[in-house]
Amino acid sequence: MVNNQSNTNNPRLDYEYRRRKNAEGMRIQVATFTLMIFFTVISFAAVAAGFSKWFVIPVILLLAVIQVGFQLYYFMHMGEKGHEAPSMFMWSGIGVAFLTILAFVTIIWW
Amino acid sequence: MSTIAQKRGFASTIWDYLTTVDHKKIAILYLIAGGFFFLLGGIEAMLIRIQLAVPNNDFVSAGFYNELLTMHGTTMIFLAAMPLLLGFMNAIMPLQIGARDVAFPFINALGFWLFFFGGVFLNLSWFLGGAPDAGWTSYASLSLASEGHGIDFYALGLQISGFGTLMGGINFLVTIINMRAPGMTYMRMPLFTWTTFVASALILFAFPPLTASIFMLTFDRMFGANFFNVAAGGNTIIWEHFFWIFGHPEVYILILPAFGIFSEIFATFSRKRLFGYSSMVFATVLIGFLGFMVWAHHMFTVGLGPVANAIFAVATMAIAVPTGIKIFNWLLTIWGGSIKFTVPMIYAVAFIPSFVMGGVTGVMQAAAPADYQYHDSYFIVAHFHYVIVGGVVLALLAGTHFYWPKMFGTMLSEKIGKFTFFFFFVGFHLTFFVQHFLGLMGMPRRVWTFLPGQGLDTGNLVSSVGAAFMAIGVVSLLVNIVITTMKNERVGNDPWGDGRTLEWALPSPAPFYNFKQLPLVRGLDAYWLEKMEGKDTLTPAEPIGDIHMPNPSFVPVVISFGLFVAAFGAMYQVDDKPWAIPVLIIGLAITFGAMLYRSIKDDHGFHIHKEDLMEDDDDNKGVKA
Amino acid sequence: MNADEKYTPQTWPEGPERATLEGKNKFLGFWFFLGGETVLFASLFATYIALKDKVPSPDHALAKDLFELPLVFVMTMLLLTSSLTSVYAMYHLKNYDFKKMQLWLVITVLLGLGFLGCEIYEFVHYYHAFDHTFTSSAFGSAFYTLTGFHGAHVIFGLAWFIALIVRNAGRGLNLYNAPKFYVASLYWHFIDVVWVFIFTVVYLMGMVG
Repeated sequence: MVNNQSNTNNPRLDYEYRRRKNAEGMRIQVATFTLMIFFTVISFAAVAAGFSKWFVIPVILLLAVIQVGFQLYYFMHMGEKGHEAPSMFMWSGIGVAFLTILAFVTIIWW
Repeated sequence: MSTIAQKRGFASTIWDYLTTVDHKKIAILYLIAGGFFFLLGGIEAMLIRIQLAVPNNDFVSAGFYNELLTMHGTTMIFLAAMPLLLGFMNAIMPLQIGARDVAFPFINALGFWLFFFGGVFLNLSWFLGGAPDAGWTSYASLSLASEGHGIDFYALGLQISGFGTLMGGINFLVTIINMRAPGMTYMRMPLFTWTTFVASALILFAFPPLTASIFMLTFDRMFGANFFNVAAGGNTIIWEHFFWIFGHPEVYILILPAFGIFSEIFATFSRKRLFGYSSMVFATVLIGFLGFMVWAHHMFTVGLGPVANAIFAVATMAIAVPTGIKIFNWLLTIWGGSIKFTVPMIYAVAFIPSFVMGGVTGVMQAAAPADYQYHDSYFIVAHFHYVIVGGVVLALLAGTHFYWPKMFGTMLSEKIGKFTFFFFFVGFHLTFFVQHFLGLMGMPRRVWTFLPGQGLDTGNLVSSVGAAFMAIGVVSLLVNIVITTMKNERVGNDPWGDGRTLEWALPSPAPFYNFKQLPLVRGLDAYWLEKMEGKDTLTPAEPIGDIHMPNPSFVPVVISFGLFVAAFGAMYQVDDKPWAIPVLIIGLAITFGAMLYRSIKDDHGFHIHKEDLMEDDDDNKGVKA
Repeated sequence: MNADEKYTPQTWPEGPERATLEGKNKFLGFWFFLGGETVLFASLFATYIALKDKVPSPDHALAKDLFELPLVFVMTMLLLTSSLTSVYAMYHLKNYDFKKMQLWLVITVLLGLGFLGCEIYEFVHYYHAFDHTFTSSAFGSAFYTLTGFHGAHVIFGLAWFIALIVRNAGRGLNLYNAPKFYVASLYWHFIDVVWVFIFTVVYLMGMVG
């Protein structure tokens, strides 16, 4: 079962195809990384510029969520094949995490 | 290399269990350790009931009473019920899905030893200056005020054993997803496997909040932090939320596997397919899902406000729906079945009304305004003992009788089993039924004693007599175990004669590699299907070949022991003991050193060769059913 | 599956981290562990949010007094970049290029150490300049517990990477250690995920009030 995941019977062709696919994947990763850096800079700039907090807080939270999405789905490949169970359990964890934080900003008074 | 038949000396048996990574042996370890803590918790319960038997009693002091009630609750939940269930999961679930072992045998062993050392640490508090005394919930303002090291033992002991449970949960999840035999689709999994799966998912998400909050308690008590210290800006409600965000899923972690055990028993002894299998699966998942949205019903009187109380009240009542689905499915499984009243089946039938009573009082408390009346009274005590004893403990006793032959190869006596059932069941209702009324008459929970002439005398006496009945039941179970072990009459694969699932197709106990050939599963109740076609073996899915097995290892004990040592250091540095910090560092060094050793040293396991498997077959010819 | 089996880039399987049953189990188990870690960090975040700026008396430093953008920006850049370098390492793992993978892992470790250095400097600075300590207020406890748990994860991740790099330096890639490298890099990405929320929720939101 070592090397039979490929589709053709020509090992050299498979090898080159995989190389190219990996390189293509890496290009997407670098593009993702550029966006993440860009978002981070926007967040820091928005805070440094001293805009109203009612504007800044939603924006930086949104950017953080998108960035984390990039980490999970591109860097950690959570959307790819074979990640169904990881993705289900990560989302369940995120659900519990959300409920916990929601409770702690609403019903822990004073 | 046929190791199974070798006779061993006592020391080598001990060493074998200390280093084992075999899920069946780990199950036995869980059963022994969990059983021991169950007896300990039971003795604490008896002392509580003796103290409360008559008004104005001074059998134990008030402070000691607080320690007793705290340790009774903590021990029973964390060190008895959960490990015993983990034991059954270990013993049975891999066999039910047709796996040769769990996904992480090493981590499985590590999980057990962490639980064991955590439990031992917690109970050492009795000898080292007093046990924890702030209740099993250990609410923060009370637990910060508690003097001595009791609460420190609670925090560190539960932290260590909690790590173990978390590892067990992840291990079972991966096992069920990756290790199923060919043809064992999700919707062909036996219900005990399904409930193990959902309970493990609950463990995965419920234990981290407990871990976080116990860290905070540890930091507050031992390292000068101020999470719960209101004077420094802290907030005690944080502990309550975390405790119940963990605590409510925790009770489903207990009851779901119990439901699983009963589902197997109902189907087996009604000799019918489980009624409404897919709705049972659905209800299990739904209970797990809702279990995370109801925690604040433990906190109605805290003052969360009417909106929060209303939301949590409705969510709580919603849980009655999937639970009701299960109850009706069990009833309809029995309906029209060809019923055999064996001891496990008697427990199962008795479970239904008992558990429904606990469920009904649960819905009563879910109504937030009414809960202001019930809160912190004996009504609550009655309610949760009805669900936990009437559900979980009956399931543990039923499971002990049901799976004993599969684990040990010999049957517990049915006659003594019925005696056990009678005393335990009657005692259970005597003890707890009357407590509903004690609560409604105004007796608060966790009180050390009560005054005469307030109408509480008779009720408490009845309750204490009931507790004695339960003790007789448990002692008779021990007698049963001793007698059975002495007689040691070996039984075949399917001692009940009506086994439906894969584990009953294997010898009792199963060989250490479980399945010589992985079975081909052709439907729900795979073994039953084969039997209906006149066969007594499973259809193999593969030819006989070499089997890969993991190596035994002593490292889990070392890792756990390191944390055990470190906990003493963390605790005694509060008293400015000069040796405390070095002990903490040494303990952590042992743990992390052992982890590093494990990660650096390759462990590829070994293979059982085809020829040896064939030989075993010849040796065992006579024994096989 | 023989762990010592030698591969070439041509025979190296497509998903080396999941080519064996052990690898598949490790992969799945580690993801589930990260699901649990999500809840653990959510608990710490929730506590921090509830206890933010909760101090016993008005002379204690609050979030807006403490934090400085430049240092946090440097820390963020270091950690984000280390996430990309570990992606490069995994890229070379897929291509069976052991030397380059090791090189990128070493760069990841160096960036991580840089981050850790900044964090230690930061904590020391708060202590000297503001008397803001773990025991000074509920705010201090919550702040140091959240960032400290993250910092401890960084330390553990670095130790893990170093152990893997050193242990496997002499023998190259095989199907026994490929899953180990892969889950270590997942762990590193998760550390970065947590940091994204820390710099947003703790530092940036702390600055705007």
